[in-house]
Amino acid sequence: MKLWLPLLAFVAVLAIIATALYRPADRTVYSAMVGKPLPAFQTPPLLPGKPGVASAAFHDGKPKLLNIFASWCVPCVAEAPQLMALKAAGVTIEGVAIRDTPQAMRDFLARGGDPYAAIGDDKASAVQLGLGSSGVPESFLIDGNGTILLQHVGDIRADEVPGILAKLEAAK
Amino acid sequence: MIAEAGLAALWLAAALAAMQFALAAIGVRRVLAAPDDESALTNDLIGAVRPVAIVQGALAALAMALLIAVFLRSDMSVLLVAENSHSEKPWLYKFAGAWGNHEGSMLLWVTILGLAGGAVAIFERSLARATLTATLGAQALIALGFYAFLLFASNPFARIDPAPADGQGLNPLLQDPGLAFHPPTLYIGYVGISVAFSFAVGALVARDVGPAFARAMRPWVLGAWIFLTLGITAGSYWAYYELGWGGWWFWDPVENASLMPWLAATALLHSVTVLATRDGLRAWTVMLAVVAFSMSMIGTFLVRSGILTSVHAFAVDPTRGSFILALLVLYIGGALALFATRVGTVRVGNTFDPVSREGALVANNLLLSVILGVVLIGTLYPIVAAGFGVQVSVGPPFFDKAAGPVALALVVVMAAGPLLRWRRDGWRALAARMVGPGGAFAVVLIAVLVFGGGVALLPLLGLALAAGLAVASVAPLWGRNLLRTPLFTWGMVVAHLGIAVSLAGMASESAYTKQTLVAARVGEPQQVGPYTVTLTGISPVIGPNWSALEAHLSARRGDAPAIVLRPQSRFFTNPVTVTSESAIATRWDGQLYTVLGQIDASGQVQLRLWWKPFVTLIWLGGALVALGGALSLVGRLLRERRARQRAEAEAWS
Repeated sequence: MKLWLPLLAFVAVLAIIATALYRPADRTVYSAMVGKPLPAFQTPPLLPGKPGVASAAFHDGKPKLLNIFASWCVPCVAEAPQLMALKAAGVTIEGVAIRDTPQAMRDFLARGGDPYAAIGDDKASAVQLGLGSSGVPESFLIDGNGTILLQHVGDIRADEVPGILAKLEAAK
Repeated sequence: MIAEAGLAALWLAAALAAMQFALAAIGVRRVLAAPDDESALTNDLIGAVRPVAIVQGALAALAMALLIAVFLRSDMSVLLVAENSHSEKPWLYKFAGAWGNHEGSMLLWVTILGLAGGAVAIFERSLARATLTATLGAQALIALGFYAFLLFASNPFARIDPAPADGQGLNPLLQDPGLAFHPPTLYIGYVGISVAFSFAVGALVARDVGPAFARAMRPWVLGAWIFLTLGITAGSYWAYYELGWGGWWFWDPVENASLMPWLAATALLHSVTVLATRDGLRAWTVMLAVVAFSMSMIGTFLVRSGILTSVHAFAVDPTRGSFILALLVLYIGGALALFATRVGTVRVGNTFDPVSREGALVANNLLLSVILGVVLIGTLYPIVAAGFGVQVSVGPPFFDKAAGPVALALVVVMAAGPLLRWRRDGWRALAARMVGPGGAFAVVLIAVLVFGGGVALLPLLGLALAAGLAVASVAPLWGRNLLRTPLFTWGMVVAHLGIAVSLAGMASESAYTKQTLVAARVGEPQQVGPYTVTLTGISPVIGPNWSALEAHLSARRGDAPAIVLRPQSRFFTNPVTVTSESAIATRWDGQLYTVLGQIDASGQVQLRLWWKPFVTLIWLGGALVALGGALSLVGRLLRERRARQRAEAEAWS
């Protein structure tokens, strides 16, 4: 019997690679923080006259959207109209700008509009990493108690806006 | 016409492989049924296998040559050329570009396989006819699978109509002289292992596992191992300077895919020596030959199926993946089943004491197997975890911690092994012989602790063990007449010394590398290690099919004249890609490694600067290991030739 052990080990390895072959991997990197409380953080304001973002602000009973973005990110430009639509529907959007400068941010907002209630300055991607976000843009839906309900990887497209609104409504 | 001729050659080669397998299968059956059968039919059947194998190899080589021809002529009506080449590419990359893609690299695989089969048919004279014929039959069966794969799932000669005006170009990362050498060396290594596998299958089928089989297999294992060593070493240096990340090993799945066969081949190399010289470890050697080939097949599979993200994944195509998976089942599953049913007939060979050269080689084999297991588990674990809905990536933190200590233990065994006698030795005698290496270990350990600054445990042990191993490696030469020392002993000494050199380089690189990432302006000096690097200017450069921005860096150390380094950021138009060409200054005590990053609107230039003390020892050591293998191979072949000549002379007298 023990002579057949190598064959059995091989069959196990084979089973592993066969499953990987026939079930194409999802290359999107999801955050392990979904369902957990927002980690504590505090970011300084990026622009004068617009406050920075702190985790404490997510405990006021109102669900919010936390948008990780940057002025240098092309999909973020594409996402701007959808964020504007969400803002028009009454959603509070808090932005965390990754590795950005005030001047570039002003140009970005002048082009696509400013949906943000606050923009925090995250020079070293510390908040981004704390949230388990692997790129820009990403949006996190946070409920009124500061728990991360949902992670949206990539830009929010027009057809995804109603779904996000419904989830925000459900979180109330 | 050239493409069609190539396809025809490929079909003919496949047909000959089928014929070779059929002839061998019938012939071996007849001989095994009646070992003394010298009938004309049996002799004809068996006699035909050799020439068929030779012609099959020649036809495969012809197909490869014709594929290279269409690449050199930039015949864009061939789909593969149109997708992977461009008329304005320098000729070297048109030539090497023939295998810088999925189909071409698989054709290179079978070409080398066919040529290796032909070489076995021509040169192998000492094996029993049943074993040799079964070996060539197994080789034909392997080739047949790959011919089918090429002809049905990845035809390199397919045409495209209408032909595009020009091709889409080669991935610029591959546009490097490394492409001309790295894939062929690794493939020769993989294929050499397939020959060892065929020998093992042949010996199992013919019930002939013994020293004669081991001696026939050894040059192939050794040859394959030399090429794998060279391929891995060259690939590591290529990644080091081409990717511009400053690292020399990333535990990328495909690096692991080449490391695993190397580990198995290293174990096989040592166990086959025990089998050839002492007639021990019979079943284990056969098993290792199967494992080594499995690893090279799984390596091919991981690269070609695209199930793991990697810099080497050409094509993500489930059909191709399924095909290679089927081949895996057929070959490895078949071989392991054969092993399970037949190995009971392999008689136990000679036995030995635990404290002996054989004992050390067994320890070496076990430790290598443990490392192999760690690498295999680490490589496959993300797939397993994904099956349970967990995303993980397994990288250096796991591999360094899990494989590092085992590798260091292996170094200790490596140091002791050659100082032991065959069959039986004593602990006390070994301890006396280990005084020198132990002393070197202690001296370096203390020196690094006192003068070396804060060094982590693994690099510290690495440096000290490297010193101990270096002394232990040359110890077998102690008190010997160096001119009369056999070449294969020299080979062992050089190869083990190479590991010590490489280990010293790795430990030094990981302990003492200095890195600076700056946004520099012209004229601002930056400090990295002992060097002061100043950006003196940026200028545009035009290449054959790229344009680039080139930074001019002036690096000074003490009063020595400044070195000028010119890292580039290259823009390729076909396909549109930006690559960074690092600039490296090599000194006797290390390398200054510079990479040009982005240039922002305000004129600040991103620079990455590394000072890597003694990093070159890593590849120098790798080259020494391969050189040691080559000395060993030549030594063995010479000795066998002399033995044969002596036997012939005696037969005449």
